Amino acid sequence: MFELLGVPPQALFGQVLLGLINGSFYAILSLGLAVIFGLLNIINFSHGAQYMMGAFVAWMCLNYLGINYWAALLLAPIIVGATGIAIERLLLKRIAHLDHLYGLLLTFGLALIIQGVFRNYYGSSGLPYAIPPQLAGGQNLGFMFMPNYRGWVIVASLIVCLGTWFLIEKTKLGAYLRAATENPTLTQAFGINVPLLVTLTYGFGVALAAFAGVLAAPIYSVNPNMGGDLIIVVFAVVVIGGMGSIMGAIVTGFSLGLIEGLTKVFYPEAAATVIFIIMVLVLLVKPAGLFGRAH
Amino acid sequence: MTDLASTDAPAATVLTETDDSTARLHRNLFIAIAVVLAIAPFVAYPVFVMKVLCFALFALAFNLLLGYGGLLSFGHAAYFGMASYVSAYTAKNWGLTPELAILLGTAVAAVLGAVFGALAIRRQGIYFAMITLALAQMVFFFSLQTPRFTGGEDGIQAVPRGKFLGLISLADDRVLYWLVAAIFMAGLLTIYRIIHSPFGQVCKAIRDNEPRAISLGYRANQYKLAVFVLSATLAGLAGATKAIVFQLASLTDVYWSMSGEVVLMTLVGGLGTVFGPIVGALVIVAMQNYLATLGAWVTVVQGVVFVVCVLLFREGIVGVIAKAIKKPL
Repeated sequence: MFELLGVPPQALFGQVLLGLINGSFYAILSLGLAVIFGLLNIINFSHGAQYMMGAFVAWMCLNYLGINYWAALLLAPIIVGATGIAIERLLLKRIAHLDHLYGLLLTFGLALIIQGVFRNYYGSSGLPYAIPPQLAGGQNLGFMFMPNYRGWVIVASLIVCLGTWFLIEKTKLGAYLRAATENPTLTQAFGINVPLLVTLTYGFGVALAAFAGVLAAPIYSVNPNMGGDLIIVVFAVVVIGGMGSIMGAIVTGFSLGLIEGLTKVFYPEAAATVIFIIMVLVLLVKPAGLFGRAH
Repeated sequence: MTDLASTDAPAATVLTETDDSTARLHRNLFIAIAVVLAIAPFVAYPVFVMKVLCFALFALAFNLLLGYGGLLSFGHAAYFGMASYVSAYTAKNWGLTPELAILLGTAVAAVLGAVFGALAIRRQGIYFAMITLALAQMVFFFSLQTPRFTGGEDGIQAVPRGKFLGLISLADDRVLYWLVAAIFMAGLLTIYRIIHSPFGQVCKAIRDNEPRAISLGYRANQYKLAVFVLSATLAGLAGATKAIVFQLASLTDVYWSMSGEVVLMTLVGGLGTVFGPIVGALVIVAMQNYLATLGAWVTVVQGVVFVVCVLLFREGIVGVIAKAIKKPL
């Protein structure tokens, strides 16, 4: 058995894989935050709760309705996205003209409500969600064993991230979206329904969080607190990457997951804080974030 | 960026014109608060009153930063919790007298506030909020991973209340109450003094229009950092006192939900009002105490209060009163 940098390769690649998986979640979630922030100027504090809702909807679909993972992967984002649309129409719209810090406070309150309700009905201990049979088992890659499901998570999140990037940067709808971000009044004057665009954008951002939740369900146990701590790490990822670019969110998300995984191998004590330490370093050198423009 | 306190609590901005009648009103209010404090332990359960006072001081400290500095910190639990750990640890393991333990906890919060503040003021608005939150989460992980200092999941329990100045035993709730009331009153007066000092006026000017304040020659960042450190220090004072009162410092004190709770208290009482956070703390602590039987539903109720406050009641209880009597409170 050879060793890499004094660490057995199995452990090293195992953690790299785990890091990439965490990175997938960071990427999708910070992407969703970036999309919402771009048009609504709101830091969606309930993003973590909506990610948790995605996982729970998948679990409910399976246990109450017998709907399998693949259908849930499509259905959960639609259902949770629809709740997002309702939230935007009923609540967020009313504070759109105010300082955007109120958006943060309002969505924080929403997160408390959502998490509290789920905690009441399902308790704080996790519920198991089985890996879909098509993705059971794994591949022996020679240097490590790769569970199929984990490979799928990385591929699926890459597809969704790049798809979102394509949608926003390369399509006509994306062009409208970017125009509305730059100057909503002028965009509206060109006959584009900006309020509708805002609503759909929030719904889409929320659906992204829910999609991540469904992906996470078979890996982590489904529980009401799963989004709470994750979202703060994602905030740190957002600060490091800067909110300026969609690609920035994706690249920063994956790389920070990877860095976190590697830290777990070489200096496990710092694994939980390494992202925050990087945040501090980036703030000292580049306060606007790696990909961000100064605000 | 428009400012949080001034856009929605016009009452607060009037504070600059402290005319005679307002000054008299505030003086009478201070006397009223002192009287209430003197009667409270005989009417209500002293530990409950002490809890309200600790959280009121915490909310006052937070409001100093948000209401008068225009900076929304979402990580104030870090200073509150770290101070409570330090004073609990030193009182229990080093055998420090309570006043020294509290002072040491407060000092550590001040240092922590200076470091985090210097980092956070590099960005503004939402980013500022996220950075303070992330930094506070670092403190949480630190607390989680150093069980020899913090007791990990158990926290530091059975902290001795000790003897004040090595002479007066604080074991009795009624005796300890006077110390807590004195600390609260001193904190309140300090904050009142800061707000009405030239320094406080410059902070408000920066809050309302930072580029203008800079063009007038004020170094905005230095003022922002100073008000941040003051706020963190007073939050630490509250946390350290709480540790001695409840003889406990735990992870709850450094967790991010605590940061949210202090925002809620300030919002309910009235952002950018002098006395609002006290009322807000009273309401929230009373709510937690009397709704405790609801179990996890308390979080839901808190969330609903949050949403309602942001949507319909942004001025808070004291803000509404101030508007009705047309005087800043």
